[in-house]
Amino acid sequence: MQPMLALNNVEVIYNDVVLVLKGLSLTVPEGRIVALLGSNGAGKSTTLKAISGLLKPENGEVTDGEIRFLGQPIHKKDAAEIVRMGIFQVLEGRRVFEHLTVEENLRAGAYTSGWKGFDEKLEMVYSYFPRLKERRRQVSGFLSGGEQQMLAIGRALMAHPKLIMLDEPSLGLAPLLVEEIFQIIRQINQDRGVTILLVEQNARLALESADYAYIMENGRIVLEGLPADLKDNPDVREFYLGLNEVGRRKSYREVKTYKRRKRWLS
Amino acid sequence: MEKFIQLTLSGIANGAIFALVALGFVLIYKSSDVINFAQGELLLIGAYLTYTTVEMIGLWWPIGVVIAVVLAAIIGVLVEQLVLRPLIGEPTISVIMVTIGLSLLLRAIIGGIWGVTPRTAPQFLPRDTITLFGANVGVDRLWAFALALTLFVLLTLFFRYSREGIAMRAVADDQQAALSMGISVKRVWAIAWAIAAVTASVGGILLMSIFGGVSGQIARVGLLVFPVVILGGLDSIPGAIVGGLIIGLLQSFAGGYLPPELGMGEVAPFIVLLLILLVRPYGLFGQRIIERV
Repeated sequence: MQPMLALNNVEVIYNDVVLVLKGLSLTVPEGRIVALLGSNGAGKSTTLKAISGLLKPENGEVTDGEIRFLGQPIHKKDAAEIVRMGIFQVLEGRRVFEHLTVEENLRAGAYTSGWKGFDEKLEMVYSYFPRLKERRRQVSGFLSGGEQQMLAIGRALMAHPKLIMLDEPSLGLAPLLVEEIFQIIRQINQDRGVTILLVEQNARLALESADYAYIMENGRIVLEGLPADLKDNPDVREFYLGLNEVGRRKSYREVKTYKRRKRWLS
Repeated sequence: MEKFIQLTLSGIANGAIFALVALGFVLIYKSSDVINFAQGELLLIGAYLTYTTVEMIGLWWPIGVVIAVVLAAIIGVLVEQLVLRPLIGEPTISVIMVTIGLSLLLRAIIGGIWGVTPRTAPQFLPRDTITLFGANVGVDRLWAFALALTLFVLLTLFFRYSREGIAMRAVADDQQAALSMGISVKRVWAIAWAIAAVTASVGGILLMSIFGGVSGQIARVGLLVFPVVILGGLDSIPGAIVGGLIIGLLQSFAGGYLPPELGMGEVAPFIVLLLILLVRPYGLFGQRIIERV
């Protein structure tokens, strides 16, 4: 079966000089949760922005390769068109509209799909996030971090997307809240069949939720596989889960080998 | 007492016009961070277009006004597309220089088409006076106030409930996030300029009717936008309204009570501008970034 989303040898250059993605390829099958892991600066967010068409305002450009969504090339389309095709990116750091109320934020999320069916969609979002319903008239700048993340995800649901791309939903949240949000993400995936592409630094959590995972470094995919296999891979265990062969946390002395071994990895 | 009421009412009427003009300015600033020094010329455009449709062509005035306002909106959108869109991503100071240039250009074009000598204009608002709270007030001032108020209410509803209105506020808050949900930022800018041109030209038309003439003098009200928005807060719509009323009243009282040879009516708003910048640079209602506690 043809995958829902396919990136083939994608190259992204910022400001005409900085090469950020160096021939990246990955596929996202329909109805699954795919995780994209990697350290800071590996190019995870750039990958998402290349897909959603948000590179242009940042002076970035897909210079080579292609991105196909449901069989159609999308790397030349602008962000609004891509949203209308069914891809919705939840930006890193929540990015709610601080001076709009919760409900107005959700209305903004429904921008492309218009006002019809709005109330049902609103109820659907509130059923996943009852806390947002309690605060529907509040200005969202005053919500807690967790509630803002819920609002950001709810806003994505309002657009009725086929694919939601989540950029670090765990960023800056308390561990309990992170668990809660991941649970809801899995639930949305199961109930609604929404495909999810998840970018995370929290590798343990991401590997628990995903059906398939990619690990990227320096603008390339260096490893991929089923989460269970990746969890057993000694490199992943050491670099991303912080465990050594015996499964204990490792000591600082061993961390020093990190740089040397990492070069080999990429 | 009678003088006080008279000054208050005319101050409020003028203030409502200032507020209208300032509102367009705030909209442009909020959605695109552009400080528009050509706001005064947008007033002139509205006034001269109405002068053309009503006085020169001889249309019935409501039709003439509507045509003029629609044309002004189109000009606003064109200005945005041709002049400001290529400047996306350029430093603020370049954009400011361009809007100053734009104001000179528009002024020259207007001078080229209609000439620079003042013209007597159609006074379509009724000229008679009525007695209100024991003072004589021109009915045209009341009309101006009522019209401005209606526009405010319509715009408030637009921003609160319509799809484009909410999109505009979203863009003002976080452009990238707005883009990520498929909101077209370019479209929002075009709408902001269209609304700015409409409110400004309505302001210009009202002033023309009150002054009974069109000339470059009307554009001077565009300069008053700065005390208004600095007082109200550059990015606050309620601020533009309150600021407009305060500056209108201030101008009226300063002109009415202080010796006329001081010309305080003209100067007072700018004294306020300086004071506000010293004491409260973000204005009465301007946004300081919300900090979560």
